Amino acid sequence: MAAAAAPGGGGSDGFQTAAHRRLRILSGHLRSASETYLSASQCRGRTVATPEGSQSGTFPKRRQEILKWNGWGYNDSKFIFNKKGQGEFTGKRYRIGGLIFPLLKDWVEKNLGGSLEHKTTPKASLNISDVPPSIASEEFLQDLQNAKISYTQEAESRLFRAHGHCLHEIFLLREGMFKRVPDVVVWPECHDDVVKIVEIACKHNICIIPYGGGTSVTSALECPADEKRTIVSLDTSQMNRIHWIDEKNLTAHVDAGIVGQDLERQLGESGYCTGHEPDSIEFSTLGGWVATRASGMKKNIYGNIEDLVVHIKMVTPRGVIQKSCQGPRMSTGPDIHHFILGSEGILGVITEVTIKIRPVPEYQKYGSVVFPNFEKGVACLREVAKQRCAPASIRLMDNAQFQFGYALKPQVASIFTSLLDGLKKFYITKFKGFDPNVLCVATLVFEGSREKVLQHEKQVYDIAAKFGGLAAGEDNGQRGYMLTFIIAYLRDFGMDYYLIGESFETSVPWDRTVDLCKNVKERIARECKEKGVQFPPFATCRVTQMYDSGACVYFYLGFNYRGISDPVRVYEEIETAAREEILANGGSLSHHHGVGKLRKQWLKECVSDVGFGMLKSIKQFVDPNNIFGSGNLL
Amino acid sequence: MGHGMHMGAIRFFAFTLSKIFKSLFKSVCVNEDGMQKLQQAIQEHPVVLLPSHRSYMDFLLLSYVSYTYDLALPVIAAGIDFLGMKIVGELLRKSGAFFMRRTFGGNKLYWAVFAEYVKSILKNGYAPVEFYLEGTRSRTAKTLSPKFGLLNIVMDPFFKREVFDIYLVPVSISYERVLEEFLYAYELLGVPKPKESTSGLLKARKILNEDFGSIHVYFGQPVSLRTLEAGRMNRYPFNLVPRHVPQKPSEEIQKFVSDVAYKMELLQIENMVLNPWMLISAILLQNLPAIDFELLVEKTLWLKNLTQIFGGFLDWPDNLCASKAVRSALALHSNIASLVNGQVILNNKEMGFVTTEEPIFRRALFILLCGSYRNQLLNIFVRPALVAIALQITHSSRKEEVYNHFSFWRDIFSEEFIFFPGISLKDFEEGCFLLTKCGAIQDTPQQIFVTEKGSTVIAFLNAMFKPFVEGYQIICRYLSNETNEAFTEKHFVFGVRSLASQLLETGSTHCYEVLSSDMQKNALAALVRLGMVARMKTTDGFTYRVNKESLNKTAGMFESRIPVRKAVAARL
Ligand SMILES: Cc1cc2nc3c(=O)[nH]c(=O)nc-3n(C[C@H](O)[C@H](O)[C@H](O)COP(=O)(O)OP(=O)(O)OC[C@H]3O[C@@H](n4cnc5c(N)ncnc54)[C@H](O)[C@@H]3O)c2cc1C
Repeated sequence: MAAAAAPGGGGSDGFQTAAHRRLRILSGHLRSASETYLSASQCRGRTVATPEGSQSGTFPKRRQEILKWNGWGYNDSKFIFNKKGQGEFTGKRYRIGGLIFPLLKDWVEKNLGGSLEHKTTPKASLNISDVPPSIASEEFLQDLQNAKISYTQEAESRLFRAHGHCLHEIFLLREGMFKRVPDVVVWPECHDDVVKIVEIACKHNICIIPYGGGTSVTSALECPADEKRTIVSLDTSQMNRIHWIDEKNLTAHVDAGIVGQDLERQLGESGYCTGHEPDSIEFSTLGGWVATRASGMKKNIYGNIEDLVVHIKMVTPRGVIQKSCQGPRMSTGPDIHHFILGSEGILGVITEVTIKIRPVPEYQKYGSVVFPNFEKGVACLREVAKQRCAPASIRLMDNAQFQFGYALKPQVASIFTSLLDGLKKFYITKFKGFDPNVLCVATLVFEGSREKVLQHEKQVYDIAAKFGGLAAGEDNGQRGYMLTFIIAYLRDFGMDYYLIGESFETSVPWDRTVDLCKNVKERIARECKEKGVQFPPFATCRVTQMYDSGACVYFYLGFNYRGISDPVRVYEEIETAAREEILANGGSLSHHHGVGKLRKQWLKECVSDVGFGMLKSIKQFVDPNNIFGSGNLL
Repeated sequence: MGHGMHMGAIRFFAFTLSKIFKSLFKSVCVNEDGMQKLQQAIQEHPVVLLPSHRSYMDFLLLSYVSYTYDLALPVIAAGIDFLGMKIVGELLRKSGAFFMRRTFGGNKLYWAVFAEYVKSILKNGYAPVEFYLEGTRSRTAKTLSPKFGLLNIVMDPFFKREVFDIYLVPVSISYERVLEEFLYAYELLGVPKPKESTSGLLKARKILNEDFGSIHVYFGQPVSLRTLEAGRMNRYPFNLVPRHVPQKPSEEIQKFVSDVAYKMELLQIENMVLNPWMLISAILLQNLPAIDFELLVEKTLWLKNLTQIFGGFLDWPDNLCASKAVRSALALHSNIASLVNGQVILNNKEMGFVTTEEPIFRRALFILLCGSYRNQLLNIFVRPALVAIALQITHSSRKEEVYNHFSFWRDIFSEEFIFFPGISLKDFEEGCFLLTKCGAIQDTPQQIFVTEKGSTVIAFLNAMFKPFVEGYQIICRYLSNETNEAFTEKHFVFGVRSLASQLLETGSTHCYEVLSSDMQKNALAALVRLGMVARMKTTDGFTYRVNKESLNKTAGMFESRIPVRKAVAARL
């Protein structure tokens, strides 16, 4: 998804933000003198202990006011079948808001055996008394108050932070309840607040789980069911300022709690961007990205998070860890940033990050290429990687995903476009002899100066032609990217009709890519059959990232669970089998989602006993009492 | 090496084949359900056909059957000696066969190219790959211990996940009469085998006028390699080296490949169709020089029952009365046995194949010939039989003691018969179970008793395996008495042969089968494996040296049997 498609700000601009804007304008006047923007660098004034009302970023402290408590995204945005039985997307936040998807119903019926008649009945609203009560000592709460830390014990807010977005988590919200949820939610507003909170937690032996955007898909945010201590969810959302922008070195110093869309929008106001665009950019945070080793869609130009960070500050039970300078590269022993990157909240709280920025590109263009089959497509990507001429983003979808994308074609307004579509289809299938059930599509994003983009485009299309690829227009490209940011909304939608699904990913050397894709899909089909899934599953993949020596492959798996009594367990068994298959095919445990608790069981064998021991000893030194006790990774 | 499929050649080949098959054999029976499963399997994953190997006919036959059922012709990895047969060789190649050298020696390049070739055919999945686990034709009609080289190659693409799965299909081919029966017997007795050549096959033209009965081709249930492997191996042995770089298989993989090989051979054995003549042979060999026809019929019926209890897959002509069935089997095999004045005797006439045919040689020839049919029963009988032998030797009913002896013999005979590695106790239990099932023993947790009527079964089984027990004893005797220094296999074979000839001439043994080079080599291999003989590599092959100490230690187990030599074959 491109930032352009992201929604506008959700909350009203409070006083604080207005102040910031003023500051920015002011500093704009000063730019010739110093190209560094100024910003309030201390904590804002605070309102003690009452979460209501205070807000600064896109999301209020009470997130549930604008975000779904039991699903993905904004309350007002979702898929429905309208009265005519057609798919429709509600709300005005997204470009597709109000559009009709006439092909969706057919696709669901044909591919998943779903039906409008078979609807599930999730809990309509949260029953507060279902939420496990908050356990917290008076002394601890008193210390928080003394330190002027904003916190709440409200059930809804605690439940909201008890989970990420794994299938089983959402399923539990709809039809059950977590055994354990955080007892207290705290909202530090700056680095110093975090230092205080961690001190207090150490004093009272309290478990802290850092919470960024809550988009984790690895069970990383889930509370260990057997944790007896008070669990505090440390919500970083109020730490969301850009401290300064350094145009000389093209860096920005930012609070780790800033949400992706805010970061890009605010940088954009000064003509910059980080270019880091994970599909969860609307909700995930800078700190979350660092903590999970996230990867953005346009990493080919901007790099993954580890390439983007210049400096990280983290508060641990041992104290604050950071470097003494911001040199672009150092040979100072193993890079301590790499202990922090991917630490998944078990070592401390990332509070501030200096991140690289780039001028917002002058020109952006989507594109797409149709290949006669997946093998050809992968061969083409491999060649593009070899020639190191990858566009900002290039993704190769297999046939099933292509067809799925097609089912999400909105109703077209003019006869002319549909006629054109027909012609295009005719050209590709009849004239060029592509089999519509085999062909696959690559979607592309080019960025840069107009001239360079056009040149680059030609280069890539020329390579594609060598592998039988035909350019298939900008529209198809753009729709392909749209799919990836509405997919989570679609998942909720499916759950209303007995369809469950999830995604998972891996990275793999080039020469094993095609085999891995094939084998994993076959394994899924086989497992589904064995586990009594009544309809063939929707198992599809795309190559989403490319590197010199390999690629990242992303899978969607969905199926109809009618007739299965314990769908979540069945799903998890199938995903486990799929992961085993990935590993046996030379794929990695994860390319960017991380390990969390979902994939812990494999970490040791993936990094060797010694490697695992190294990680353990770091944890042991930094956090001997397991204050950061989310239980991820190790 | 290499093959190219030409439809024209295939059609011509099929035409010729069907002519040959029709003139040689009465019928070729194929299990339809197996064929259907095979057809299904070919749609799903690459298929490897693993036929038993008793005759050159085997691969012609499978190609012919495949053609008849409209299957892609299997691509055959067969011994290089076919290349000698010019016309047939070319035809074979055109119809899909490819060839490998019997041994690659040190030629790594050849092996690497060959391996790549086989794998690419497999991965393409257009046609099944076919090869013989046994490596070569079994001259004795007993299943040979598996070879692992080719199996390693075909399993590799699965290990490396170049394919999702591979189906292994055991194919059991059984001939009522094997084309090469006499050739094999000669070969076993040390008459060198003629080089395969087209003219050789054509000389066999006169064979074309003979009747070789029927052939049964049984396609076993396709076995999914993935299912066999599930959870057995370290997941990532191949992740750190590019897949095209050959790697020496780890011990774990070697063990797995070996287990699969044994499993497939045991499946071949299980599915092998048996016929009345095999029963007759087994009885005849226990009743030399002659047996009354009526008695033979009676005993054959008795053995039929026992065979079925033991799980033998018997093709019995139900429409015929027993005596007719025996008569027709005798008619088909009139070159081996004859009915003279109500007595069935083993033939003893000169064959004129070699100039000097001493009486002992001639006798041995027919015994081995007959033995090659009896042998096809042995793998079904071996577990209960070893229990029977242990019972007889120990004269004990203590289970533990019986088991120890069972284990000993099972170990000794691991080259001779097919046992799944490392499951001695399970085999023992199966043996006991089958003996209980046929009422021969009573099996209690601590003890085993032979029932009253059971002694007949026990005696029969002992007699059935006596040639092996006795043969091995003679071989051990030879080794412990006659050799002090390093010797070659050739020397050993010669030595055993002359000792055995002596013993046979003086009538102190009737164990003609010890003259078989197959038994001699198996025994030597067993003794090497058990450390009683040391094997040393030299520039031109191997030399051996007896480890007297450990041989003598074990001799006790062997010898305990010799004085028990009952003069008369047990009456049934
Ligand atoms: C629809 C969807 C699309 C996604 N697309 C992408 C994608 O394109 N690329 C990608 O890389 N990931 C993607 N993800 C996964 C997820 O968005 C990333 O893992 C993201 O980095 C998590 O950020 P977050 O702020 O939501 O962190 P959270 O989910 O709140 O937390 C994740 C983990 O980080 C820890 N953590 C969070 N903040 C801090 C902090 N400040 N200090 C220390 N620890 C912290 C938490 O304790 C937890 O263990 C996607 C997820 C969804 C649901």
